[in-house]
Amino acid sequence: MLLDDKSIYLMRLGDNALVLAQRLSEWCGKGPAFEEDMALTNTALDLIGQARMWLSYAGEVEGRGRDEDALAFRRDSHEFTNLLLVEQPNGDYANTVVRQFFFDVWHQLVLDALTRSADDRIADIASKAIKEVAYHLRRSIDLFVRLGDGSAESRRRMQAAVDELWMYTGEMFKADETEELLGAQGLACDPSTLKDAWLAMVHEVFAEATLELPAGEWMQKGGKQGRHGEHLGLLLAEMQFLQRAYPGATW
Amino acid sequence: MGDLRERSERVWGWLADVPDPEIPAVSIVDLGIVREVNWHDEPAGAVCEVVITPTYSGCPATEVIGRSIEEALRERGVERVRLQSRIAPAWTTDWMTSEGRRKLSEYGIAPPARRADGRQVIDITRLRRRTVDDAPVACPRCGSAHTAPVSRHGSTPCKALHRCLDCLEPFDYFKCH
Repeated sequence: MLLDDKSIYLMRLGDNALVLAQRLSEWCGKGPAFEEDMALTNTALDLIGQARMWLSYAGEVEGRGRDEDALAFRRDSHEFTNLLLVEQPNGDYANTVVRQFFFDVWHQLVLDALTRSADDRIADIASKAIKEVAYHLRRSIDLFVRLGDGSAESRRRMQAAVDELWMYTGEMFKADETEELLGAQGLACDPSTLKDAWLAMVHEVFAEATLELPAGEWMQKGGKQGRHGEHLGLLLAEMQFLQRAYPGATW
Repeated sequence: MGDLRERSERVWGWLADVPDPEIPAVSIVDLGIVREVNWHDEPAGAVCEVVITPTYSGCPATEVIGRSIEEALRERGVERVRLQSRIAPAWTTDWMTSEGRRKLSEYGIAPPARRADGRQVIDITRLRRRTVDDAPVACPRCGSAHTAPVSRHGSTPCKALHRCLDCLEPFDYFKCH
């Protein structure tokens, strides 16, 4: 049913931003340098703002009386529809940088396509978000290259992170029925159409970063359909604790 | 209470006195946050509708600004205030007034170095550019264009940290958005 698919699609966009923002926030006060601490938390703040816009809209379309807070703090992990990529643990800083880079390239491409959505509100949210994401991507590319084409230690860690996270990148381009339906209606974009552009940019940046693109073709999937690993449960336990323990609490 | 246009102009004047909570040297009107002021004569009484736009998506000042507007209008006897948030067209630093830019500079924050004029495109050949916004930033203290970015992020989402290579002072830079 179109309305359900639309709310699911909006939730996916919101969940990606929300879960990634939560991950980045875990670095708060623990960044490898003060500058990095500020950069990650600023990025997280942008993503939280975007998550609010997407989830508010998702709740309205869903029509079950759930607002942004209900969706963020009172859903269980099997109801979350984020990509598996964004729930992966921070690991070392190389892992965080690689995860962010893979996501930012995709995020910018998706938002660009959504600025042309037949749904005005989707186009409006995307037009606002893309300005911030362009900044995130710029930073990601810069850091990816600096650490990749850095010291022997940084390059080793970057390559290890790339090899580890590569299998989570495929999910970004695997269209399911929801995306096909919405794509046909001009409301969303078929993510498989973004793959070539993503690969082209990734290739360029990898070359400059002197890192090797993995050859593996097998990809993890299921995040968009609510099938997550154990990481998400732990992340939500921390993120949702306050609202679960004191339902309806406000500042 | 005067005709509609007069009433709106008066409200604009009041809003020009509402400071941005993070950068009190500039007002929310200077920053282009206030988009419209409309009066609606409704059966229950006149309603003043103020349309605002959020700056950065996650900017925590947005809610404070909303409350400040309501307070400012209520203090001046406007009983019924309606706030409307509008996200499109997306807020841009191009909406900052020249007065706002001047006040920022005086306060010690370098204003945006260029116009945004549409979306930023990622050009990979510009990776190694040393400036934050691909345009020289002038030091708000000594005016020198011989400055360098220290960090692309600063105390708030809208600012980056720079330092002057002539007078050697650090300063905040309001990023082009």
